[in-house]
Amino acid sequence: MHATARTFLVNTACLLAGLLLCLGFWILLSATVAKELPTPAATWEVAKPYVLEPLAKRGEQDQGILRLVGYSLALVAKGYALALLVGTPIGFLLGLSKGFARVFDPIVQILRPVSPLAWLPLGMVLFLSTGSQALENGALFTIAICAMWPTVLNTAVGVRAIPQDYLNVGRVLKLSRTQTLLKIMVPATLPYMFTGFRLSLGIAWLVIVAAEMLTGRTGVGSFLWNEYNNANYGNIIFSILTIGLIGFVLDRLMSVVEGRFKTV
Amino acid sequence: MSFLELKNVSKGFAGHPVLRDVNLSLVEGEFVAIVGYSGQGKTTLMSMIAGLTRPDSGAITLEGRPVTGPGPDRGLVFQNYSLLPWLTVAENIALAVDAVFPAAPAAERAERVAKYIGMVKLSHAADRLPGQLSGGMRQRVSVARTLAIDPRILLLDEPLSALDALTRANLQDEISDIWQKDKKTVVLITNSVDEALYLADRVIPLTLGPGATLAAPITIDLPRPRDRKALNHEPEFKRLRAQITDQLLGYGARRQQTVTRKLVLPDILPEDLDAPRVNRPPRRPSEEKRETVATL
Repeated sequence: MHATARTFLVNTACLLAGLLLCLGFWILLSATVAKELPTPAATWEVAKPYVLEPLAKRGEQDQGILRLVGYSLALVAKGYALALLVGTPIGFLLGLSKGFARVFDPIVQILRPVSPLAWLPLGMVLFLSTGSQALENGALFTIAICAMWPTVLNTAVGVRAIPQDYLNVGRVLKLSRTQTLLKIMVPATLPYMFTGFRLSLGIAWLVIVAAEMLTGRTGVGSFLWNEYNNANYGNIIFSILTIGLIGFVLDRLMSVVEGRFKTV
Repeated sequence: MSFLELKNVSKGFAGHPVLRDVNLSLVEGEFVAIVGYSGQGKTTLMSMIAGLTRPDSGAITLEGRPVTGPGPDRGLVFQNYSLLPWLTVAENIALAVDAVFPAAPAAERAERVAKYIGMVKLSHAADRLPGQLSGGMRQRVSVARTLAIDPRILLLDEPLSALDALTRANLQDEISDIWQKDKKTVVLITNSVDEALYLADRVIPLTLGPGATLAAPITIDLPRPRDRKALNHEPEFKRLRAQITDQLLGYGARRQQTVTRKLVLPDILPEDLDAPRVNRPPRRPSEEKRETVATL
């Protein structure tokens, strides 16, 4: 108990030291080379109304930070769900079928490194016919297609890594194809799938900011861009910190879920 | 008519013959043990009887019907237990029971699961995951899972070879008890002559490959139930053990060969904190040696 209390103190001290160093660097930067950069105090001044009234709605863009985060998270949730729904079966097919892998693996490898910024215009073109919904659907498409790849690849690796012994159990028991899939293959692949799911969530959260900046849809990303245009530079830093913090929390949550499936 | 029959079964991998002209015939209720060296195709033989691999030539029949694929009539106990790690002990067995008796009422299936967990004395651990069990307990679960599907024949593929000697003896007793109760036909593959003698009606040595085959069977006429302690002083047991061991060692002696291979010594530097740091690992070609080792 004593030892754990000490490690906790040491860890907290290290964390504080890191924060103080960064703050010091920030102050130094705004005092010397980047005169336009707001100091931490000035940043807090402009960010205050958004933090102190996190759920306020004063106008289309002028809303409390939690409200803005909420809009972004709602869109991420939809795009992410889409990515998992599409990505997992593709991953299974890639892992199960050599032929499918031979045909589609090169395509996956080529599409995977494409930036979200490149997908977004295509997404909007694809959904032009949906009129006023085109921006939103384009953003959804972008999130889904960018966030899909880690799920696809990790699931495929997981399926290929299923021990032959587990499959032999299924063969001896004469399980049907569906039963083998549901009772043996899916549970055996789950740890890999959840690693993919966690990485996908990280990417979905990366993409939302870019998508909101380009489409102007209300959320943290567009808030950041608008505040740049309004020359409220303090809020740029504030947005970055918020985005980072939310991304961190999402990743922690997913790794807790992931840990629960690491039974194998 | 023989219960399980293998006729001129041969199998090779990538052009290398592993088993050649294997003939085996079992009557119902018989306990046969196949003993031999590791890597001579014992597991391959078992996979073929189980139907997981097909022989290149020859035929395998169970009760007159040719074996064409795996099925629950041949209960295979895997060498490495093959329990599904995300299911509890009871769920692992229930998976097998539900798959083989889908028509039975749920209560009957649950009862069956409980009965076989009890048979291997694991009722207290029914809700644990395989990862929380010792090796011996896992293998007992694996045996229970196989018995629970009521196979016509039990195939034990070195089921105890990963266990320590004491656990191994306990499990041998359990297998012996279960066999005396059920009188199931059993094929046991093992590398332990004592284990084979303790359990089997007939012991069949597997010769050495490439192209290993089964030697003439040796009938074990030791009275049952066999007492492990008394057995050690039984002259007949000693004679049989000497005979089989000599036979197996004889195969080994004939095949005694050596290979020369490159010996790479571990690159360990003395701990000297004052020495200047070297980024590139030191290369010492003079340290490369060759060694001659016996295969087998």
